[in-house]
Amino acid sequence: MVVEKIDIDREDYAKKFGFHDDEEYVFKAKPGLSREIVEEISWMKKEPDWMRRFRLKALDHFMQRPMPTWGGDLSEVKFDDIYYYLKATDKKSENWDDVPDYIKRTFDKLGIPEAEKKFLAGVGAQYDSEVVYHKLREDLQKQGVIFVDTDTALRDHPDIVKQYLGTIIPPNDNKLAALNSAVWSGGSFVYIPEGVRVEVPLQAYFRINAERAGQFERTLIIAEPGSYVHYVEGCTAPIYTADALHSAVVEIIVKKGARVRYTTIQNWAPNVFNLVTKRMAIYEDAVGEWIDGNLGSKMTMKYPACYLMEPGAHGEVLSIAFAGRGQHLDAGAKMIHAAPHTSSIITSKSIAKDGGRTSYRGLVKVYPGSVDSRSTVRCDALLLDEESRSDTYPYMEIDEDRVTIGHEATVSKIGDEQLFYLMSRGLSETEAATMIVNGFIEPLVKVLPMEYAVEMNRIVQLQMEGAVG
Amino acid sequence: MAEQPLFAVEGLYVSVEGKEILKGVELTVNWGEIHALMGPNGSGKSTLANCLLGHPRYVVTAGRVLFKGEDVTKLTADARARKGMFLAFQYPMEIPGVKVRHFLRRAVKAVKEKEPPVTAFRKLLFEKMGVLEMDRSFADRYVNEGFSGGEKKRNEILQMAVLEPALAVLDETDSGLDIDALRIVAGGINALSGPHMGILLITHYQRILNYIQPDFVHVLIDGRVVRSGGPGLAAELEAKGYEDLRKEVLKGVS
Repeated sequence: MVVEKIDIDREDYAKKFGFHDDEEYVFKAKPGLSREIVEEISWMKKEPDWMRRFRLKALDHFMQRPMPTWGGDLSEVKFDDIYYYLKATDKKSENWDDVPDYIKRTFDKLGIPEAEKKFLAGVGAQYDSEVVYHKLREDLQKQGVIFVDTDTALRDHPDIVKQYLGTIIPPNDNKLAALNSAVWSGGSFVYIPEGVRVEVPLQAYFRINAERAGQFERTLIIAEPGSYVHYVEGCTAPIYTADALHSAVVEIIVKKGARVRYTTIQNWAPNVFNLVTKRMAIYEDAVGEWIDGNLGSKMTMKYPACYLMEPGAHGEVLSIAFAGRGQHLDAGAKMIHAAPHTSSIITSKSIAKDGGRTSYRGLVKVYPGSVDSRSTVRCDALLLDEESRSDTYPYMEIDEDRVTIGHEATVSKIGDEQLFYLMSRGLSETEAATMIVNGFIEPLVKVLPMEYAVEMNRIVQLQMEGAVG
Repeated sequence: MAEQPLFAVEGLYVSVEGKEILKGVELTVNWGEIHALMGPNGSGKSTLANCLLGHPRYVVTAGRVLFKGEDVTKLTADARARKGMFLAFQYPMEIPGVKVRHFLRRAVKAVKEKEPPVTAFRKLLFEKMGVLEMDRSFADRYVNEGFSGGEKKRNEILQMAVLEPALAVLDETDSGLDIDALRIVAGGINALSGPHMGILLITHYQRILNYIQPDFVHVLIDGRVVRSGGPGLAAELEAKGYEDLRKEVLKGVS
């Protein structure tokens, strides 16, 4: 097994993101999950009693529920081997100079402090279980914007956290959400006051460092009426022979007339199980958007959801998934129309090569009485060779007649004629295939801020070169 | 030693999926020459065009293709392009999501092995688009996606204009063009031609030769060049049709 996993390493990923630091943890819990571990995490974090009980109850849910079998193959997730809590430093800093050198070097290599200087309004950086750096621009602090890690939020803003945490995704929602609720650590807490527009993105970067690490960040975003925020998350991990587990929960509340865009550029190492629950509740005339770039990981199961709660709510999911050798990306979206005049758009693009597998799995649900609602689903899959595979599982539960629902799905293969056309213009076979792939994902890339568009194209290029070469 | 021909096809036999299409094609193009290759449907014209640029589906079973004296028969399409060979496609492919200007800049970078500066390249592109009477907005459209037949053909000649090949093979560039588009495309080709290059113009009809004056005309029937001559041959063909010629050829064989 070990040999097989080394075989799926991508050389270029290894060079760029695959490095790791020696483990110098101030605290590392024993592997495996138990009541004691959960108690210990809560105790170390000096949490209020309600959170300790929240965690323990969630642990019960986790223990009782069977593994989901409807999606990807999760039989290789070794819950007993995972380290559930790894704390590299006692300090949480607002200044990169105070971050331990070796951790700062990691984030330097990933380009985070540089990006912060250039084009971000705030940055959070999480290293295994704990956030090591968090900073928000001062003018935004003065406007009442809160952007801190969720542990700090629990300490400094306990009332807001208690009011909202677990209301959009309750701990018993699914097995992995229960796991996150039991052992969560870090993540971002974002609060945008009424009418405040944060015009440049806030970014959080999630880095797994240790072998067999579990990362369970918990993110909560609250956008008060008329506010706007664009939140971006990036993720990478070193390449190990043993598997790591990333299982986040992201809850977002978009109040009347507000707009939240949540962009993910995930580029996990090919030994990471990425099992994430993400959901937004969107209220009157508000807009919620998930822009979801899924690259890397061994297995991803992720279906960002929009609950359209009041008239005029609009939800959108735009996602790409790129699966290479040994990878299965099972990604999609959920749109729940629970009020009249709500609208949703799902656009899914997937690419599979070298025997990789992508699945689109999506649900559009319209409750009775949600009249004049509209939903459009479009899934396009691109296969780069004969061994790769793509499947589409679109579910529709429409319990109202006065609605407009559209669904379109295509699967295409990169054709010899297309390749020949581009190669006859001097492009090598890899360059030609990369150009076709970049064109395929252009509808997604063009809505990203320029810096991320460049990053996305670069990651795609790495992925293309990694396997062809 | 005599000057090397720009391009020569020697005894070329080509099969597609086991079926022999070309049966010993001979052809030489010198610098500065325009050659017209004519022939009826199914004679092997497009097979020759695709094969000259190294399409993997076309298997050379005998003979060779020489470019500037070098045997390029086994080279892949991109290697041939970088040496200065070009094919204007009869049916150009759509590349969704890739803008014309990005595509062309990448192609120029690949062929000339040097990234063209952005502003200079844009100037060059707009200048060449002007010659082909293409609107500037064209540069931001996705390659061939939603293009009309005429737009696709102009886009092919635009690529030829920016890549500046030494040999251009034009595969039925006149097909599907109305009379105005034909005039513009032909004007573009004339503007590009000259002693620095050679052109092999593949066509079914004589029509485009009213605009582009060939130095030589060849007739391809059943996978062989059966007649070669001066520009007058095209007019003769137009008058008699391919059928007469085919009968003559068959008579000659028997």
